Amino acid sequence: MAYEKRLDGRKADEMRKISAKVGVIKEANGSAMFKIGDTVAYAAVYGPRNFHPKFLQNPEKGVLRCKYNMMPFSGAGDRVRPGGNRRSKEISMVIESSLASVLNLEDFPNAVVDVFIELSQTDAGTRCAGICAASMALADAGFAMKDLVASVSVGKVDGKVLVDLDYKEESYDGEVADIPIAVIPRSGKLTLLQMDGRVTKDELKKALELGKKACSQIYDVQKKALKSKFSGDKNE
Amino acid sequence: MNSSIREHILKALDAGIRFDGRKLDELRKVTVEKNVSKNAEGSARVLIGDTEILAGVKTAVEQPYPDSPEEGNLMVNAELLPLSNSRFEPGPPSEEAIEVARIIDRGIREANTIDRNKLCLTPKEEVWSVMIDVLTINAHGNLIDASAFASIVALLNAKLPKREDGVVNYSELTKESIPLSKNIPITVTVYKIGKHLIVDPLPEEEDVADARLTAAVLEDGSVVAMQKGGEQPITADEILAMASLAQTKSKELRKLL
Repeated sequence: MAYEKRLDGRKADEMRKISAKVGVIKEANGSAMFKIGDTVAYAAVYGPRNFHPKFLQNPEKGVLRCKYNMMPFSGAGDRVRPGGNRRSKEISMVIESSLASVLNLEDFPNAVVDVFIELSQTDAGTRCAGICAASMALADAGFAMKDLVASVSVGKVDGKVLVDLDYKEESYDGEVADIPIAVIPRSGKLTLLQMDGRVTKDELKKALELGKKACSQIYDVQKKALKSKFSGDKNE
Repeated sequence: MNSSIREHILKALDAGIRFDGRKLDELRKVTVEKNVSKNAEGSARVLIGDTEILAGVKTAVEQPYPDSPEEGNLMVNAELLPLSNSRFEPGPPSEEAIEVARIIDRGIREANTIDRNKLCLTPKEEVWSVMIDVLTINAHGNLIDASAFASIVALLNAKLPKREDGVVNYSELTKESIPLSKNIPITVTVYKIGKHLIVDPLPEEEDVADARLTAAVLEDGSVVAMQKGGEQPITADEILAMASLAQTKSKELRKLL
């Protein structure tokens, strides 16, 4: 059985509805909200600030510390126990490495930059939404960055290569591959790549093409949200 | 450093003005939004000034506690997210977070807000557990009242999920609310700074306050739970004055339910 028509009627290269806003958490140095479909991510940046305990400090460059967390009521199904788990630890780590290269961390030796990502509602693609929100929050905090980072999941459902799988597609009863990626839009280089599932080389090539195209659309949304804050448009 | 801020705040309070220009017993603008997270059985967003709180209700079928074999379980958890303020650190809940959760829990429990007998499915074996999680998105003062209010709004709007052949299907909510009584507590905290009593403090005011009294107030004005906080002692007369201010302000919040 081929997966010809997507469950929610989207085209293969069509993402769910996206909205983004920066400056949503006033206490933070920078913050953003990124929503894709029913997945909602908040990100807040604190720092560069003192890093304790001291032995963790790096005299060569600052440390980027990301923390990804799903709110207890955010997931489909059972309550998510607070306090993190192996999954959230790993996701936090891959988010760190997907963002670190666009920051000039050498400018902040011994300091730490904290990025807290909270998912208030989830429908797949949470780490990607988290990365999108986090990179906007870093820009909102005023960091000199080489570029933003845009992120989306691509994948394959029953032989069909798609962008931005939702929860129903991820749990589709058939062959599913899920490939979250993050892209530095200006260079086209990838800073995140994971894959669950099985794809051919050609399928991967097509998936990456679709993903990069989707990321450039996300990039536009991110830039627009940042610009609208600083152009004084308080409504968007 | 706090002493000079305290003097400044006190001087203004003597003239009847708050740090941000409000009257002593004036709340900041309160905004309530319901059903803000679709996977929760009930949820709410509450803004009081710049303080923003999210609360969500989840349910599960679990064993009852041995001392209440025919009653559903209630659990309240509060998290002061490091996302919401530079003072909050990642890790297990702090004392402050635990106090917030326990104050909310006590208000709901002592008011008998939830008809816990109706949450019993099979005595001693299966009951519904109601789990309220309340989290700070932006922490800018008065977290206790904002969190308690968000919890109540989420609870009032929660619907039980479908249960088929003993299995809970969270993707389908029923039309059935969590069985509640008419006793809905509204929690208001009154702060004492010098001889003055204020409500809905800013962080600067919280930092210099002598003491606080939190009261969970029902619609008829009766108080079902209280908690004194802060290091300075207060007199019995002050407690009564603080409780009656809490009663008055609870009416304003109740209108927003």
